[in-house]
Amino acid sequence: MILSVATALALMAGCTGGGVGGDTASAGEVNVYNWGEYIDESIFADFTAQTGIKVNYNVYPDNESLYSTLKGGGAEYDVIIPSDYMISRMIEEDMLEKLDFNNIPNFSDIDPSLKDPDYDPTNEYSVPYMWGTVGIIYNTAKIDKPVTGWSSLFDSDYKGQILMFDNSRDGIGIALKYLGYSYNTTDEAQIQEAVDLLIEQQSYLQGYVMDQIFDKLEGGEAAIGPYYAGDFITMHESNPDLAWCLPEEGSNIFVDAMCIPKGAANKTNAEAFINFMCTTDAGLANCKAIGYSTPLLSVKDALPDEVKNDPVAYPSAEALARCESFTNLPENILALYDSEWLRLKTQ
Amino acid sequence: MRSKRNQILAVPYVVWMAVFVVVPLLLIVVYAFTTKDGSFTLANFSTMNQYLGVFGNSFFLALVATAICILLGYPLAYFLARSGHRMKGVAMMLIMLPMWMNFLLRTYSWMSLLEDTGLINRLLQSIRFFDLWNGIFGTNIEFFHMINTPGAVVLGMVYNFLPFMVLPIFSVIEKIDSRVIEAAQDLGANSRRVFQKVVFPLSLPGVLSGITMVFIPSVSTFVITKLLGGGMTMMLGDLIEMQFLGAAYNPHLGSAISLVMMIVVLICMAVMNRFGEGEEEAMLL
Amino acid sequence: MKKNGLFSRLFMGLVFLFLYAPIFVLIVFSFNATKSRTVWGGFSLDWYAKLFQNTQIMGALYTTLLVSVIAAAIATIAGTAAAIGFYSMKRRPRTLCLSVNNIPMTNADIVTGVSLMLLFVFAGRFLPFKQGFATLLIAHITFDIPYVILSVLPKLRQLDANIYEAAQDLGATGFLAFRKVVLPEIMPGVLNGMLIAFTMSIDDFVISYFTAGSQTSTLAMVIYSMTRRKISPEINALSTLMFLVVLALLLVINIRQANQDKAAKKKADKLAAPGSAALLDTQK
Repeated sequence: MILSVATALALMAGCTGGGVGGDTASAGEVNVYNWGEYIDESIFADFTAQTGIKVNYNVYPDNESLYSTLKGGGAEYDVIIPSDYMISRMIEEDMLEKLDFNNIPNFSDIDPSLKDPDYDPTNEYSVPYMWGTVGIIYNTAKIDKPVTGWSSLFDSDYKGQILMFDNSRDGIGIALKYLGYSYNTTDEAQIQEAVDLLIEQQSYLQGYVMDQIFDKLEGGEAAIGPYYAGDFITMHESNPDLAWCLPEEGSNIFVDAMCIPKGAANKTNAEAFINFMCTTDAGLANCKAIGYSTPLLSVKDALPDEVKNDPVAYPSAEALARCESFTNLPENILALYDSEWLRLKTQ
Repeated sequence: MRSKRNQILAVPYVVWMAVFVVVPLLLIVVYAFTTKDGSFTLANFSTMNQYLGVFGNSFFLALVATAICILLGYPLAYFLARSGHRMKGVAMMLIMLPMWMNFLLRTYSWMSLLEDTGLINRLLQSIRFFDLWNGIFGTNIEFFHMINTPGAVVLGMVYNFLPFMVLPIFSVIEKIDSRVIEAAQDLGANSRRVFQKVVFPLSLPGVLSGITMVFIPSVSTFVITKLLGGGMTMMLGDLIEMQFLGAAYNPHLGSAISLVMMIVVLICMAVMNRFGEGEEEAMLL
Repeated sequence: MKKNGLFSRLFMGLVFLFLYAPIFVLIVFSFNATKSRTVWGGFSLDWYAKLFQNTQIMGALYTTLLVSVIAAAIATIAGTAAAIGFYSMKRRPRTLCLSVNNIPMTNADIVTGVSLMLLFVFAGRFLPFKQGFATLLIAHITFDIPYVILSVLPKLRQLDANIYEAAQDLGATGFLAFRKVVLPEIMPGVLNGMLIAFTMSIDDFVISYFTAGSQTSTLAMVIYSMTRRKISPEINALSTLMFLVVLALLLVINIRQANQDKAAKKKADKLAAPGSAALLDTQK
């Protein structure tokens, strides 16, 4: 009996005491948790060369999964990159550490219009990483009608060719916008109406996807689907038939920002990493790799003209005026989102 | 060997089981009956009728998959057991071998096969199969739509769990004493009757354990649905995963769903085993 | 029994085609020159070269092999000891222990995984540890041991109780008697259990997914995170190599076994030949 308890304890101890495999907490590491396909991984080597800090890198598919992983208590990360509305939820639930901006001098390069944002009004918890919009990506070889708005995603002529977001906030959001409502509505009837619409859409949908959309659209398996502007730029490089539309009904504008979760073991390293991500070199490398829009002024300056003036990555003020960002929702509406999303997925 | 002193050898593992099998299950029970702040509640169960559809869907698809596994696995096991010694070894090896390749990868490979622009449709197009098909049936199709349907999910389950049906049936049939069969033959039974009256009843325990080994992972799978169902067929596994690491964090609800699933499965298995035992007794009489 | 006819051969062939079609696809596309999953772009060995430079995949492979080997080894020793202990128990406690032992096998993987995750999170509040390799290993040991026990117990039941006592009567201590007499008898069961345990560990995804924490990844977990976008053909290359290694191993085992069987049969024939021939004669 003592033996087996001892074995178990020894095994567990092996974890803290730098045991076998992926040990943590030893000095000189930073555990980064990011969206999939959202960084130029080669810059980690530069960071390690400059600071001696090793980067452990993992990815999550969406904000909600990130939230679950952190809440579950089994994860230990030092840097996470949630979106605006999720940051305000995490601040509200005391899940983030305040940043020491003395360790992040490059914060000064952030576009002032993105400082002190609504999701972090005092700007104590987050440093913007990228921003962008959501739009429709479609294959011009397969979609013959003009695509101007969300209605194209609800067109049964394209049965079996349409992809849809596999997360509740983006998915239900599109239906809300199509119906002319706000992304941040707290009217339960509107949300239910949106989900009813999505249920109808399901009969002519190919599937719910997140990053699989790259593969499905690039390869021509699907013809149309909503995704992020930066990813369209990446996809367009491998399939020139793809086109972009920022819907006329308006769309989502988002900011993803770097934060440090509560109780992070390597907070100083995390701040060093965040600072590194705000350097011009790292910012340029990331922009080039993922195509998203940068909040760093020096990076924007250094970008080639055709990128700087690309209306996909940097839409006109008039187009941006049509966009709305997500805000955190009250708890009862979050619960409604969960149950309504399940209602959709269990049809 | 069967000395009292040797009992002590079991003690470490009994403790291990207590800590890593029993306590975790108790935690599931505790979570299922509590709220976020730790107070007692039945709400996790009372809201579960929302998910009756998922339960129904999961059990239905798992049943279909299990039935297909029996239909494919039983004859396979039977034919294999009748093969020569050499062949048997090779065939068993061929059945085990795929299990050494990661099942996610094999399932993903099915995705490449089943897509609208996938390998099967490409192959059929290249041999002008659809011209023939359209000519005969007067349709106008360019491909078979297979991926992201419940059928594809069932295929994934059958594919992944078929070996777990074949192996137990095979090992039971193989152990049937050939003299019993010879005796039946000597008593004038033709091969069909030998199968009906001797081989099949004797092989039932293998079928039962095969059913358990196929049904349980099928009903609780969450990866196959994602890859082959396009996120449109939700099963209990998806529902549970969503509550713990996925898009709708609520471990209390997740625990309650796990608990109910566990109990329903246990009841099914108990009923089946009772039924199976009855069969065996009848057979002995 | 009758030999298999045309129908049964055809049927077996089709089922094996079903089992191997995706594996065939996987292997073929590991040699593809482009990244596509469905369009052949020419032959190349690039993915094999890239595989060995991919630290994420190689690291995950190392973790997978390490956890499988350690878990299988510990499970084999602990499981064999426990099987002997169970075997020595009275009926009632033995039935109880065996039912608990069956839980991880009959429970859905996801429930086992989730319940262990809850335990580790719960224990993490009181003890200074985080989920990682250690918790992964504990989980693997936990689901491996039952297979070892179920594989060893039948061998113990077949054991002739007298030989152990005979050895003791001849002066062997308990352990010596066990090592010299019992162990060789139950060895096939032990080895079989170890093999099953190792296979289960290698093949596991669901339980690892819930118990490995954030900084440890097995191969299956890496593949899972890749399926969210697209599995890199490097994984195909790795799987092809693993497939070939296992195939070679199984072939060797199979051939050896066949040879042994043949030799044993020859020996038995030789030994039995004079007597049995005579016996047959008298019977006739």
